[in-house]
Amino acid sequence: MKVGVVTFPGSLDDVDARRAVRAGGHEDVALWHGDHDLQGVDAVILPGGFSYGDYLRCGAIARFAPVMTEVIAAAKGGMPVLGICNGFQILCESHLLPGALIRNDHRKFGCLDQTVAIENNRTAWTSAYEAGQHATIVLKNGEGSFVADERTLDQLEAEGRVVARYVGNPNGSQRAIAGITNEAGNVVGLMPHPEHAIEDLCGPGTDGLGFFTSLASVSA
Amino acid sequence: MARVVVDVMPKPEILDPQGKAVLGALPRLGFTGVTEVRQGKRFEVEIDGEVTDAVLAEVNKMAETLLSNPVIEDYSVSVLGA
Repeated sequence: MKVGVVTFPGSLDDVDARRAVRAGGHEDVALWHGDHDLQGVDAVILPGGFSYGDYLRCGAIARFAPVMTEVIAAAKGGMPVLGICNGFQILCESHLLPGALIRNDHRKFGCLDQTVAIENNRTAWTSAYEAGQHATIVLKNGEGSFVADERTLDQLEAEGRVVARYVGNPNGSQRAIAGITNEAGNVVGLMPHPEHAIEDLCGPGTDGLGFFTSLASVSA
Repeated sequence: MARVVVDVMPKPEILDPQGKAVLGALPRLGFTGVTEVRQGKRFEVEIDGEVTDAVLAEVNKMAETLLSNPVIEDYSVSVLGA
């Protein structure tokens, strides 16, 4: 599969994400925020970082970058899209996912190895996991607290759209939500960084690799 | 030239960690009796020409589309000096 990774001004983890795509057995394609072009990719990753300096709100300006016109249309057409950290914020600002990410309740930038439970393994990005499987991956953000109104939270729970839930709650996220998916299950937003946990040499292990190998079953 | 002001505030039910940090600092500086601080944003939008109803509708659209996130924030629009 060809997996595009978008670079916005201020993206930080685009190179790691592309490396993780290769580690997952796919071809990585660099996509540019200013192009109205997805270069024929089969899936898209919006990486972590501080797009547009996090000015206004995290992801608020990136959401209107030229490439997002194509990303939003492709996502609505069923293309697998994964937003990690800042990418999750961009997906919420794009209204591809409900809710929003606000400042951590403890007001500090958190950087830690965080265990999450993969509750929904039916998405394009999580099929390599067992339902309920624990994965320890890196969490690093200042605005990672997931919020939505009660009705939306109840709906996410009822429809099984909580993809990953923190074991312990590191940032005040409502219902300890670390990641969610859209109704179709092709768009996933995730606060922690699986791309930083794909090799034993660096990071907390290889628990994150499943997000990138899962795509294989989509193309199969 | 006219200025239109867009005030954006976190919704009452949304936690405001920045406001809480300010609230925590005030008593340390001797300002007592403050029970809550909410921190928001103020945008001053300079408009070419008269502020008509059409212009105000346009600013409301800006506020809804970009300046605020309706999921977590409320906004209000007013004309400076009006």
